[in-house]
Amino acid sequence: MKTPVIFTLNGAEAAAFADPGQNLLDVLRRGVGDLSPKYGCGQGTCGTCTVLIDGEPHLSCLVLAEVVQGRVVETAGGMADGPDLHVLQTAFMEGFAAQCGYCTPGMLMAAKALLDHNPSPTREEVIEAISGNLCRCTGYEPIVEAILNAARAPRRAPERTV
Amino acid sequence: MLEVVVTDTLVEASAAMSDRARFLGGGTLVMRQVNYGDQRFNRIVRCRERLDEIRAEGDRISIGSGVTMARIMGSSELEFLAPAARAVGGPAVRNMATIGGNLIAPHPYGDMAVALLALDGEVTLADGSTQALEQYLTRRRGLVRSISIQRPSRDEFRFRKVSRVKPKGASVMSMAAHLQRNAGRLSNVRVAYGAMAPTPIRVTAVEQALEGASFDLGGITPALNVATDGLSPPDDALASAWYRREVAPVHLRRLLLEEDRR
Repeated sequence: MKTPVIFTLNGAEAAAFADPGQNLLDVLRRGVGDLSPKYGCGQGTCGTCTVLIDGEPHLSCLVLAEVVQGRVVETAGGMADGPDLHVLQTAFMEGFAAQCGYCTPGMLMAAKALLDHNPSPTREEVIEAISGNLCRCTGYEPIVEAILNAARAPRRAPERTV
Repeated sequence: MLEVVVTDTLVEASAAMSDRARFLGGGTLVMRQVNYGDQRFNRIVRCRERLDEIRAEGDRISIGSGVTMARIMGSSELEFLAPAARAVGGPAVRNMATIGGNLIAPHPYGDMAVALLALDGEVTLADGSTQALEQYLTRRRGLVRSISIQRPSRDEFRFRKVSRVKPKGASVMSMAAHLQRNAGRLSNVRVAYGAMAPTPIRVTAVEQALEGASFDLGGITPALNVATDGLSPPDDALASAWYRREVAPVHLRRLLLEEDRR
Protein backbone atom coordinates (compact mmCIF):
# COMPACT_ATOMS: atom_id res chain seq x y z
CA MET A 1 0.00 0.00 0.00
CA LYS A 2 1.36 3.39 -0.92
CA THR A 3 1.66 6.12 1.69
CA PRO A 4 1.02 9.77 0.83
CA VAL A 5 3.89 12.06 1.82
CA ILE A 6 3.59 15.83 1.84
CA PHE A 7 6.60 17.93 2.68
CA THR A 8 8.29 21.22 1.84
CA LEU A 9 10.92 20.89 -0.84
CA ASN A 10 13.13 23.91 -1.44
CA GLY A 11 10.44 26.25 -0.19
CA ALA A 12 7.50 24.76 -2.09
CA GLU A 13 5.03 22.07 -1.13
CA ALA A 14 5.77 18.68 -2.62
CA ALA A 15 3.66 15.55 -2.52
CA ALA A 16 4.19 11.97 -3.57
CA PHE A 17 3.00 8.44 -2.87
CA ALA A 18 5.74 6.34 -1.32
CA ASP A 19 5.97 2.59 -1.69
CA PRO A 20 6.61 0.57 1.49
CA GLY A 21 10.31 0.87 2.25
CA GLN A 22 10.94 3.46 -0.46
CA ASN A 23 13.70 5.85 0.46
CA LEU A 24 13.56 9.63 0.26
CA LEU A 25 16.13 9.79 -2.53
CA ASP A 26 13.92 7.68 -4.74
CA VAL A 27 10.87 9.78 -3.95
CA LEU A 28 12.78 12.98 -4.69
CA ARG A 29 14.10 11.72 -8.01
CA ARG A 30 11.22 9.64 -9.30
CA GLY A 31 8.30 10.93 -7.26
CA VAL A 32 8.73 14.70 -7.46
CA GLY A 33 11.34 15.01 -10.19
CA ASP A 34 14.22 16.62 -8.30
CA LEU A 35 17.22 14.94 -9.91
CA SER A 36 19.87 16.91 -8.02
CA PRO A 37 20.56 14.37 -5.24
CA LYS A 38 22.35 11.33 -6.69
CA TYR A 39 22.30 7.63 -5.93
CA GLY A 40 25.81 6.45 -5.16
CA CYS A 41 26.24 3.56 -2.78
CA GLY A 42 22.82 3.10 -1.20
CA GLN A 43 24.43 2.32 2.14
CA GLY A 44 25.42 5.65 3.64
CA THR A 45 29.05 5.62 2.63
CA CYS A 46 29.40 8.06 -0.27
CA GLY A 47 27.24 11.03 0.72
CA THR A 48 26.18 12.11 -2.76
CA CYS A 49 22.52 11.77 -1.78
CA THR A 50 22.95 14.27 1.09
CA VAL A 51 19.98 16.58 1.58
CA LEU A 52 19.01 18.85 4.45
CA ILE A 53 16.02 17.87 6.55
CA ASP A 54 14.93 20.66 8.89
CA GLY A 55 18.30 22.26 8.21
CA GLU A 56 20.48 19.27 9.09
CA PRO A 57 22.31 17.02 6.62
CA HIS A 58 20.84 13.56 6.13
CA LEU A 59 21.55 10.76 3.70
CA SER A 60 18.37 10.60 1.65
CA CYS A 61 19.04 7.02 0.53
CA LEU A 62 18.79 5.93 4.17
CA VAL A 63 15.70 7.96 5.05
CA LEU A 64 12.38 6.15 4.83
CA ALA A 65 10.42 8.54 2.63
CA GLU A 66 7.29 8.65 4.79
CA VAL A 67 9.35 9.95 7.72
CA VAL A 68 9.65 13.40 6.09
CA GLN A 69 5.89 13.97 6.25
CA GLY A 70 5.44 17.63 7.24
CA ARG A 71 9.15 18.37 7.32
CA VAL A 72 11.36 20.75 5.36
CA VAL A 73 13.71 19.25 2.78
CA GLU A 74 16.41 21.15 0.90
CA THR A 75 18.40 19.85 -2.04
CA ALA A 76 21.12 21.24 -4.26
CA GLY A 77 18.41 21.83 -6.84
CA GLY A 78 17.01 24.61 -4.71
CA MET A 79 20.22 26.46 -3.94
CA ALA A 80 20.21 28.92 -6.82
CA ASP A 81 17.88 31.92 -6.72
CA GLY A 82 16.69 31.94 -10.31
CA PRO A 83 19.73 32.76 -12.45
CA ASP A 84 21.77 33.72 -9.38
CA LEU A 85 23.90 30.87 -8.14
CA HIS A 86 24.38 30.29 -4.44
CA VAL A 87 27.73 31.55 -3.19
CA LEU A 88 28.85 27.94 -2.73
CA GLN A 89 27.95 27.03 -6.28
CA THR A 90 29.89 30.02 -7.57
CA ALA A 91 32.89 29.11 -5.44
CA PHE A 92 32.80 25.50 -6.64
CA MET A 93 32.61 26.64 -10.25
CA GLU A 94 35.35 29.23 -9.98
CA GLY A 95 37.60 26.92 -8.00
CA PHE A 96 37.17 23.91 -10.30
CA ALA A 97 35.88 21.95 -7.32
CA ALA A 98 34.10 19.47 -9.54
CA GLN A 99 35.47 17.09 -12.11
CA CYS A 100 32.95 14.36 -12.85
CA GLY A 101 30.50 16.25 -10.65
CA TYR A 102 28.79 13.21 -9.18
CA CYS A 103 29.67 14.06 -5.59
CA THR A 104 28.93 17.77 -6.04
CA PRO A 105 25.26 17.88 -4.92
CA GLY A 106 26.14 16.10 -1.70
CA MET A 107 29.21 18.23 -1.15
CA LEU A 108 27.18 21.39 -1.68
CA MET A 109 24.55 20.35 0.84
CA ALA A 110 27.09 19.29 3.43
CA ALA A 111 28.87 22.62 2.93
CA LYS A 112 25.62 24.57 3.09
CA ALA A 113 24.72 22.94 6.39
CA LEU A 114 28.13 23.93 7.72
CA LEU A 115 27.95 27.56 6.60
CA ASP A 116 24.35 27.93 7.77
CA HIS A 117 25.49 27.04 11.29
CA ASN A 118 29.03 28.35 11.17
CA PRO A 119 29.62 31.17 8.67
CA SER A 120 33.37 31.33 9.31
CA PRO A 121 34.61 27.75 9.63
CA THR A 122 38.21 26.74 10.02
CA ARG A 123 39.84 24.43 7.51
CA GLU A 124 39.51 21.57 10.00
CA GLU A 125 35.82 22.25 10.42
CA VAL A 126 35.35 22.18 6.64
CA ILE A 127 37.15 18.84 6.41
CA GLU A 128 35.01 17.48 9.21
CA ALA A 129 31.83 18.75 7.55
CA ILE A 130 32.51 16.92 4.29
CA SER A 131 34.04 13.86 5.94
CA GLY A 132 30.96 11.83 5.04
CA ASN A 133 31.17 12.73 1.35
CA LEU A 134 33.45 10.84 -1.01
CA CYS A 135 35.07 12.41 -4.07
CA ARG A 136 37.11 10.19 -6.37
CA CYS A 137 38.32 12.95 -8.73
CA THR A 138 39.46 16.13 -7.08
CA GLY A 139 41.55 14.95 -4.17
CA TYR A 140 39.26 17.14 -2.01
CA GLU A 141 41.64 20.10 -1.94
CA PRO A 142 39.70 22.28 -4.45
CA ILE A 143 36.48 21.46 -2.62
CA VAL A 144 37.87 22.50 0.74
CA GLU A 145 39.24 25.69 -0.80
CA ALA A 146 35.94 26.43 -2.51
CA ILE A 147 34.03 26.13 0.75
CA LEU A 148 36.52 28.36 2.53
CA ASN A 149 36.30 30.87 -0.33
CA ALA A 150 32.51 30.80 -0.14
CA ALA A 151 32.73 31.53 3.57
CA ARG A 152 34.98 34.50 2.85
CA ALA A 153 32.84 35.80 -0.02
CA PRO A 154 30.69 38.89 0.60
CA ARG A 155 27.23 38.01 1.79
CA ARG A 156 24.17 39.09 -0.09
CA ALA A 157 23.28 42.71 0.54
CA PRO A 158 21.00 43.12 3.54
CA GLU A 159 17.44 44.09 2.75
CA ARG A 160 17.74 47.42 4.53
CA THR A 161 20.76 49.63 4.81
CA VAL A 162 21.17 52.63 7.03
CA MET B 1 6.28 -7.73 -0.32
CA LEU B 2 7.62 -5.30 2.25
CA GLU B 3 5.22 -3.65 4.69
CA VAL B 4 5.75 -0.77 7.10
CA VAL B 5 3.97 -0.95 10.45
CA VAL B 6 3.76 2.30 12.41
CA THR B 7 2.87 2.12 16.09
CA ASP B 8 2.24 4.75 18.73
CA THR B 9 4.37 3.16 21.43
CA LEU B 10 7.48 1.06 21.74
CA VAL B 11 5.47 -1.63 23.51
CA GLU B 12 3.21 -1.90 20.47
CA ALA B 13 6.24 -1.91 18.21
CA SER B 14 7.70 -4.72 20.26
CA ALA B 15 4.51 -6.74 19.78
CA ALA B 16 4.75 -6.20 16.01
CA MET B 17 8.28 -7.60 15.86
CA SER B 18 9.19 -11.08 14.64
CA ASP B 19 12.17 -12.82 13.08
CA ARG B 20 10.99 -11.43 9.75
CA ALA B 21 10.72 -7.83 11.01
CA ARG B 22 13.24 -5.03 11.56
CA PHE B 23 12.79 -2.01 13.80
CA LEU B 24 13.55 1.30 12.11
CA GLY B 25 15.33 3.83 14.32
CA GLY B 26 17.56 6.29 12.49
CA GLY B 27 17.52 4.17 9.35
CA THR B 28 21.27 3.80 8.86
CA LEU B 29 21.20 0.03 9.39
CA VAL B 30 17.76 -1.01 8.17
CA MET B 31 17.47 1.16 5.07
CA ARG B 32 20.75 -0.05 3.64
CA GLN B 33 19.35 -3.58 3.91
CA VAL B 34 16.15 -2.44 2.21
CA ASN B 35 18.12 -0.73 -0.56
CA TYR B 36 20.05 -3.92 -1.22
CA GLY B 37 16.91 -6.04 -1.37
CA ASP B 38 17.55 -8.02 1.81
CA GLN B 39 14.99 -10.81 1.75
CA ARG B 40 15.46 -11.89 5.36
CA PHE B 41 12.70 -9.56 6.48
CA ASN B 42 9.42 -8.36 5.03
CA ARG B 43 8.28 -5.93 7.69
CA ILE B 44 9.64 -2.61 8.93
CA VAL B 45 8.35 -1.48 12.30
CA ARG B 46 8.67 2.06 13.52
CA CYS B 47 7.02 3.91 16.37
CA ARG B 48 5.96 7.48 16.98
CA GLU B 49 6.98 7.45 20.63
CA ARG B 50 9.92 9.74 21.16
CA LEU B 51 12.78 7.92 22.79
CA ASP B 52 15.10 10.88 22.99
CA GLU B 53 15.22 11.79 26.67
CA ILE B 54 18.54 12.32 28.42
CA ARG B 55 18.01 12.16 32.18
CA ALA B 56 20.41 12.33 35.11
CA GLU B 57 19.75 9.69 37.77
CA GLY B 58 22.17 10.20 40.64
CA ASP B 59 25.59 9.05 39.56
CA ARG B 60 24.12 7.56 36.38
CA ILE B 61 22.61 8.99 33.21
CA SER B 62 19.77 7.46 31.25
CA ILE B 63 19.85 7.99 27.49
CA GLY B 64 16.83 7.25 25.31
CA SER B 65 17.56 4.74 22.58
CA GLY B 66 16.49 7.26 19.94
CA VAL B 67 19.11 9.82 20.92
CA THR B 68 21.34 10.50 17.92
CA MET B 69 25.09 10.81 17.83
CA ALA B 70 24.71 14.49 16.89
CA ARG B 71 22.54 15.05 19.96
CA ILE B 72 25.14 13.42 22.18
CA MET B 73 27.81 15.68 20.73
CA GLY B 74 25.68 18.69 21.56
CA SER B 75 24.74 17.63 25.09
CA SER B 76 26.62 19.15 28.01
CA GLU B 77 25.45 16.22 30.18
CA LEU B 78 27.15 13.77 27.82
CA GLU B 79 30.29 15.71 27.01
CA PHE B 80 32.45 12.72 27.96
CA LEU B 81 30.73 10.65 25.25
CA ALA B 82 31.32 13.22 22.50
CA PRO B 83 34.56 11.59 21.24
CA ALA B 84 32.74 8.26 20.86
CA ALA B 85 29.79 9.92 19.10
CA ARG B 86 32.13 11.77 16.78
CA ALA B 87 33.75 8.44 15.86
CA VAL B 88 30.51 7.34 14.20
CA GLY B 89 30.28 8.21 10.48
CA GLY B 90 30.18 11.70 9.07
CA PRO B 91 27.86 14.55 10.10
CA ALA B 92 24.88 13.25 8.11
CA VAL B 93 25.15 9.77 9.60
CA ARG B 94 25.47 11.27 13.08
CA ASN B 95 22.22 13.20 12.54
CA MET B 96 20.48 9.90 11.88
CA ALA B 97 22.29 7.12 13.76
CA THR B 98 20.87 6.43 17.20
CA ILE B 99 22.49 5.09 20.33
CA GLY B 100 20.01 2.19 20.30
CA GLY B 101 21.00 1.23 16.78
CA ASN B 102 24.66 1.31 17.68
CA LEU B 103 24.05 -1.56 20.09
CA ILE B 104 23.04 -3.83 17.23
CA ALA B 105 25.39 -2.50 14.55
CA PRO B 106 27.37 -5.36 12.99
CA HIS B 107 31.15 -5.63 13.09
CA PRO B 108 33.17 -3.42 12.60
CA TYR B 109 30.59 -0.81 13.65
CA GLY B 110 29.32 -0.14 17.15
CA ASP B 111 31.97 2.21 18.51
CA MET B 112 29.52 3.93 20.83
CA ALA B 113 28.55 0.59 22.36
CA VAL B 114 32.20 0.13 23.34
CA ALA B 115 32.08 3.34 25.34
CA LEU B 116 28.78 2.37 26.97
CA LEU B 117 30.18 -1.02 27.91
CA ALA B 118 33.09 0.60 29.72
CA LEU B 119 30.62 2.82 31.58
CA ASP B 120 28.69 -0.11 33.07
CA GLY B 121 25.86 0.20 30.55
CA GLU B 122 22.49 -1.24 31.43
CA VAL B 123 19.64 -1.42 28.93
CA THR B 124 15.95 -1.06 29.66
CA LEU B 125 13.83 -2.95 27.17
CA ALA B 126 10.40 -2.04 25.83
CA ASP B 127 8.66 -4.02 28.59
CA GLY B 128 10.57 -2.18 31.30
CA SER B 129 12.89 -5.07 32.15
CA THR B 130 16.58 -4.33 32.49
CA GLN B 131 19.75 -6.21 31.74
CA ALA B 132 23.45 -5.48 31.69
CA LEU B 133 24.60 -4.24 28.30
CA GLU B 134 27.20 -6.99 28.30
CA GLN B 135 24.42 -9.55 28.53
CA TYR B 136 22.26 -7.80 25.94
CA LEU B 137 25.12 -7.82 23.42
CA THR B 138 25.37 -11.60 23.56
CA ARG B 139 21.90 -12.02 21.98
CA ARG B 140 20.75 -8.55 21.03
CA ARG B 141 17.10 -9.49 21.33
CA GLY B 142 14.35 -7.07 22.25
CA LEU B 143 13.74 -3.40 21.54
CA VAL B 144 15.73 -1.08 23.76
CA ARG B 145 13.95 1.84 25.41
CA SER B 146 16.96 3.44 27.08
CA ILE B 147 20.53 2.87 28.17
CA SER B 148 21.78 3.83 31.61
CA ILE B 149 25.48 4.48 32.15
CA GLN B 150 27.70 5.52 35.00
CA ARG B 151 28.73 9.16 34.89
CA PRO B 152 32.54 9.26 35.00
CA SER B 153 34.50 11.90 36.86
CA ARG B 154 36.27 14.42 34.73
CA ASP B 155 39.43 12.51 33.85
CA GLU B 156 38.32 8.92 34.43
CA PHE B 157 36.99 8.07 30.98
CA ARG B 158 39.02 7.30 27.86
CA PHE B 159 37.92 6.45 24.32
CA ARG B 160 40.03 5.72 21.30
CA LYS B 161 39.16 4.68 17.77
CA VAL B 162 41.78 3.33 15.37
CA SER B 163 40.91 3.60 11.68
CA ARG B 164 42.84 3.79 8.45
CA VAL B 165 40.85 6.69 7.01
CA LYS B 166 40.54 9.96 8.89
CA PRO B 167 38.45 11.68 10.02
CA LYS B 168 35.89 9.05 9.02
CA GLY B 169 36.61 5.36 8.67
CA ALA B 170 35.49 2.01 10.01
CA SER B 171 37.29 0.70 13.07
CA VAL B 172 40.40 -1.41 12.97
CA MET B 173 39.64 -1.38 16.66
CA SER B 174 38.10 0.91 19.23
CA MET B 175 38.78 1.00 22.94
CA ALA B 176 37.21 2.57 25.99
CA ALA B 177 38.20 2.57 29.63
CA HIS B 178 36.63 3.80 32.84
CA LEU B 179 39.58 4.30 35.16
CA GLN B 180 38.24 4.83 38.65
CA ARG B 181 40.80 5.32 41.38
CA ASN B 182 40.91 4.66 45.09
CA ALA B 183 43.73 6.09 47.20
CA GLY B 184 45.77 6.72 44.07
CA ARG B 185 45.38 3.16 42.77
CA LEU B 186 43.17 1.95 39.94
CA SER B 187 39.99 0.38 41.25
CA ASN B 188 36.90 -1.16 39.60
CA VAL B 189 38.39 -0.50 36.20
CA ARG B 190 36.31 -1.35 33.13
CA VAL B 191 37.89 -1.75 29.71
CA ALA B 192 36.06 -2.59 26.48
CA TYR B 193 37.11 -3.19 22.89
CA GLY B 194 35.26 -2.91 19.59
CA ALA B 195 36.08 -4.70 16.31
CA MET B 196 38.10 -7.26 18.27
CA ALA B 197 35.25 -9.79 18.52
CA PRO B 198 31.86 -10.27 16.84
CA THR B 199 30.39 -7.66 19.23
CA PRO B 200 31.88 -5.02 21.53
CA ILE B 201 33.36 -6.88 24.45
CA ARG B 202 34.79 -6.28 27.92
CA VAL B 203 38.40 -7.29 28.37
CA THR B 204 38.48 -8.93 31.75
CA ALA B 205 42.16 -9.93 31.60
CA VAL B 206 43.12 -6.27 31.22
CA GLU B 207 40.69 -5.18 33.91
CA GLN B 208 42.09 -7.69 36.38
CA ALA B 209 45.67 -6.69 35.60
CA LEU B 210 44.82 -3.03 36.23
CA GLU B 211 43.05 -3.65 39.53
CA GLY B 212 45.05 -1.99 42.29
CA ALA B 213 47.81 -0.92 39.89
CA SER B 214 49.51 2.43 40.01
CA PHE B 215 48.45 4.69 37.18
CA ASP B 216 51.73 4.98 35.30
CA LEU B 217 53.59 3.03 32.64
CA GLY B 218 55.07 0.63 35.17
CA GLY B 219 51.68 0.01 36.74
CA ILE B 220 49.86 -0.66 33.48
CA THR B 221 52.56 -2.81 31.82
CA PRO B 222 51.09 -6.11 33.12
CA ALA B 223 47.79 -5.10 31.51
CA LEU B 224 49.50 -4.36 28.20
CA ASN B 225 51.01 -7.84 28.30
CA VAL B 226 47.53 -9.40 28.43
CA ALA B 227 45.90 -6.89 26.06
CA THR B 228 44.36 -9.58 23.86
CA ASP B 229 44.21 -12.54 26.24
CA GLY B 230 41.04 -14.53 25.76
CA LEU B 231 40.17 -12.75 22.52
CA SER B 232 39.93 -14.05 18.96
CA PRO B 233 40.09 -10.91 16.84
CA PRO B 234 38.57 -11.22 13.38
CA ASP B 235 40.25 -11.08 9.99
CA ASP B 236 38.55 -8.62 7.69
CA ALA B 237 39.29 -6.19 4.90
CA LEU B 238 40.47 -3.57 7.38
CA ALA B 239 43.00 -5.63 9.31
CA SER B 240 44.06 -9.18 9.95
CA ALA B 241 43.63 -10.86 13.30
CA TRP B 242 47.44 -10.94 13.57
CA TYR B 243 47.69 -7.20 13.04
CA ARG B 244 44.97 -6.50 15.56
CA ARG B 245 46.79 -8.60 18.16
CA GLU B 246 50.10 -6.91 17.46
CA VAL B 247 48.90 -3.33 17.71
CA ALA B 248 46.34 -3.71 20.50
CA PRO B 249 48.91 -3.26 23.33
CA VAL B 250 50.23 -0.09 21.68
CA HIS B 251 46.80 1.44 21.38
CA LEU B 252 45.86 0.30 24.87
CA ARG B 253 48.90 2.11 26.25
CA ARG B 254 48.01 5.26 24.29
CA LEU B 255 44.44 5.00 25.53
CA LEU B 256 45.28 4.53 29.18
CA LEU B 257 48.03 7.15 29.37
CA GLU B 258 46.37 9.53 26.90
CA GLU B 259 49.65 9.74 25.03
CA ASP B 260 48.08 11.48 22.05
CA ARG B 261 47.15 14.46 24.20
CA ARG B 262 50.71 15.22 25.17
